[in-house]
Amino acid sequence: MELFVFVCAAAMVLVGAVGVVVRNHPVHAALSLVLTLFGVAVLFVAQEAHFLAAVQVIVYSGAIVVLFLFVIMLLGVDNSEDLRIEPIPVQRPLAAVVGIGTLALLITAIVQGGDAVRSGSGAGIEDATITGDPDSNVRQIARDLFGDHVFAFELVAVLLIVAVVGTVLLSRRPDKAVASSGGRK
Amino acid sequence: MSAAVLAVEVTSTWYLVLAAALFCIGMVGVMVRRNPLIMFMCIELMLNAVNLSFVALASDLGDIRGQTIVMFVMVVAAAEVVVGLGIIVAILRRRPHATADDMAELKG
Repeated sequence: MELFVFVCAAAMVLVGAVGVVVRNHPVHAALSLVLTLFGVAVLFVAQEAHFLAAVQVIVYSGAIVVLFLFVIMLLGVDNSEDLRIEPIPVQRPLAAVVGIGTLALLITAIVQGGDAVRSGSGAGIEDATITGDPDSNVRQIARDLFGDHVFAFELVAVLLIVAVVGTVLLSRRPDKAVASSGGRK
Repeated sequence: MSAAVLAVEVTSTWYLVLAAALFCIGMVGVMVRRNPLIMFMCIELMLNAVNLSFVALASDLGDIRGQTIVMFVMVVAAAEVVVGLGIIVAILRRRPHATADDMAELKG
């Protein structure tokens, strides 16, 4: 059963990821991205990370992809791009070589270095099926987040505020009245 | 035969290999595509690959901090998307159909 879930979710992830790269229409690429993000959420559930799976669906699929689609629609850049034209001649073969090379390097590192990871060296992750508490994953993350990492949590809040204010400034159209009165002085 | 297949245990190595494949697909996408929005989506793919490997190692090591850091990665990714899309909107509003190559004209 575990194998079946993994194979299905991995197929979702890889098909979606390839779709993002090869689809020539931006809206299709964004929908392929949704497929990948849902596949990753399924893999999170398979690894007992229930809270992160929920956050993945809400933040990524719910907010980020909607933001992408909003920008695509807002700018009207939803015209297809002809992917047969290759602007720089050797770019694509070179990118394929670099991608396959990096993949081979990473898989070698994972297989060779697998023994270096000491399994079960941490304090342990509470499993809802063992503790009998359906919220045990959320509780454990909350204890860690608001205990050991509360300062980082507050900094992240500051980062979000700065990002929102910066974006409002970036996307605001220049105010003509203020600009002309400033020029008169 | 089916019993033998079902008895195969999914270890963290499988998840790490899948994450490596996802990361490489995203990386090739950033190198190949020229639409800035699609390049941004490929960066999201790479971030998701890293999240997947964090969660796999967290459950392998039995350490909840691996899951906590994924939450921070997600928040920073959201902030990054907001700022990046703001910049892309500002550029594309001025010049529709700009590609990543055209942005080289930003230099002096």
